[in-house]
Amino acid sequence: MNNPSHVWNDSTVESQGRGRTMISWGQRFYWSIRRELWESKSIYVAPLIVAGLIVFAFLIGTFHQPGKLGVALTLDSGIAQHTAIEQPYTLAALLLMGTTFIVALFYCLDALHGERRDRSILFWKSLPVSDLTTVLSKFAIPLFILPLVTFAITMVTQWIMLLLGMAIALGSGLSVATWWNRVPLFQMSLGLFFHLMAGHGLYYAPIYGWLLLVSAWARRAAVLWAALPLVAIGVIEKIAFNSTRFASLLGERIGGGTAGAAFPGSGNVPMHAAHIHSAFLISLDLWIGLALAAIFIAAAVRLRRYQGPI
Amino acid sequence: MACIEARGLRKTYGATVALDGIDLRVEEGRILGMIGPNGAGKTTALNAILGLTPYEGELKVLGRDPWTERDQLMLDVCFISDVAVLPPWIRVSQVIDYVAGVHPRFDRSKAARFLGKTTIRHSSRVRELSKGMVAQLHLALVMAIDARLLVLDEPTLGLDILYRKQFYDSLLNDYFDGNRTIVVTTHQVDEIQNVLTDVVFLYHGRIVCNSSMEEIESRYLEASVNPERLTEARALKPIHERQMLGRSILLFDRVDRKQLAGVVSGPGDVRTPSIADFFVAVVENQDAQAQGAGR
Repeated sequence: MNNPSHVWNDSTVESQGRGRTMISWGQRFYWSIRRELWESKSIYVAPLIVAGLIVFAFLIGTFHQPGKLGVALTLDSGIAQHTAIEQPYTLAALLLMGTTFIVALFYCLDALHGERRDRSILFWKSLPVSDLTTVLSKFAIPLFILPLVTFAITMVTQWIMLLLGMAIALGSGLSVATWWNRVPLFQMSLGLFFHLMAGHGLYYAPIYGWLLLVSAWARRAAVLWAALPLVAIGVIEKIAFNSTRFASLLGERIGGGTAGAAFPGSGNVPMHAAHIHSAFLISLDLWIGLALAAIFIAAAVRLRRYQGPI
Repeated sequence: MACIEARGLRKTYGATVALDGIDLRVEEGRILGMIGPNGAGKTTALNAILGLTPYEGELKVLGRDPWTERDQLMLDVCFISDVAVLPPWIRVSQVIDYVAGVHPRFDRSKAARFLGKTTIRHSSRVRELSKGMVAQLHLALVMAIDARLLVLDEPTLGLDILYRKQFYDSLLNDYFDGNRTIVVTTHQVDEIQNVLTDVVFLYHGRIVCNSSMEEIESRYLEASVNPERLTEARALKPIHERQMLGRSILLFDRVDRKQLAGVVSGPGDVRTPSIADFFVAVVENQDAQAQGAGR
């Protein structure tokens, strides 16, 4: 229901003056993204559920062992104290990232397969939205939308946890100031933002691209087709050359490579962050991955052009 | 300008020839029925016209090459390929928003008006609607788009007679204005006979008949003849003959109506053939010819 008046005006103008196209590529892309969000609610529902569980568990935890907080605050070493207090926040971020990564994998595998399965591809293709726009909008979900959603939900979750923690600390007579100082949410959030956009978005791009390609190609069992070639390459390499380069490359990619080093938990080393970030952005790994992703996406666009319902 | 112009349009899937070099010209403002048995190449022809499949030969739709200029073409062409292609998860309000968001020729108020005549609620999901309602929704969306060519591939398959009738009534009364072109395929030929201005019969990937409805009506006559007058009737050179309830039904091309009236018992025994009967006659003759040639 977004500004219907605007849309209405567009179409009346159009119906009077045939031949003039007033809908820009950006608008088509925007509506394509919205369509994806309507269809795949798991994009935000899954992390929201996990966030709810985290807050719930955190609440139980702090009520269950209020003493633990006190102990943490009396620890001698600043670093130990830091770790004890910060740990649940880091854990929350990790859990949410894991959740959205899994959501992204399943989303990509279904994105171009589902529309052929339910025959709706015939409806989408009856509208003036190109295959390129459609595939790019589907690629944008794991690349930008999911990291942004994860970031927003993680931030809110961590703030709720912080406020709850401070309230409980206040209730048990502990120093709120110490608490506040020991949970560097702002630094953490910057780190998290970079980690999500760069690591979960850009660094994983070839993974998403590959899954979208399989999703556009496979007639059934997309999961199998996504995994089998990778396993096959690994096995052939092992037998032929007795090496495991491909497997370790793959593991490194999923592990996050240099982007993994910029994990937000290292909020205590902010001066290193800038260095790590720039090193990541100029790393060959990242750019090879992006080039691969571009090839996969181009192939997926081409496939969708030829594909009908299955 | 011709809306659709095909020359030597050909499409093969491996060793199977789906379209065997067809020539077709559809002027603007016509309602063309594409008729043929399953596997005759109807859907392949429509897919080529809609730029959904590559092809050999020449094809222009509204002056454009549908395969290479598909994105532009889709601004002027609408299609309903089969019933039930609307995604089951989408809400009525969402699909309206989406089409309004991506299609410059979509008139939201028109769509709302068409939907107002149905019992479809805006908050419903497509999967909650009956098959007939989904067809109504799809038709409302398509009719609200100011397109120049509308392609319908079995748009009423599986719908009951009431929905089918209503579908074509809306199409004629609320949509067709003499400037738009409609191409439709269906197995319920007789139901849309008086909707069409032209028919094309496809058989084994070839066009076996391409004619306007007026031409069919003025050229062909069907007579049901009692056995005792059969010889007399056969002398008038029918192009096809079949049996029904002990009488022979003879199909004539360019026969003198008066002469024909002389060999039948009553005035009701001479009539314009239905498209379905005419199609069967054309196809059976085609088969007989093919067999003759094979011998």
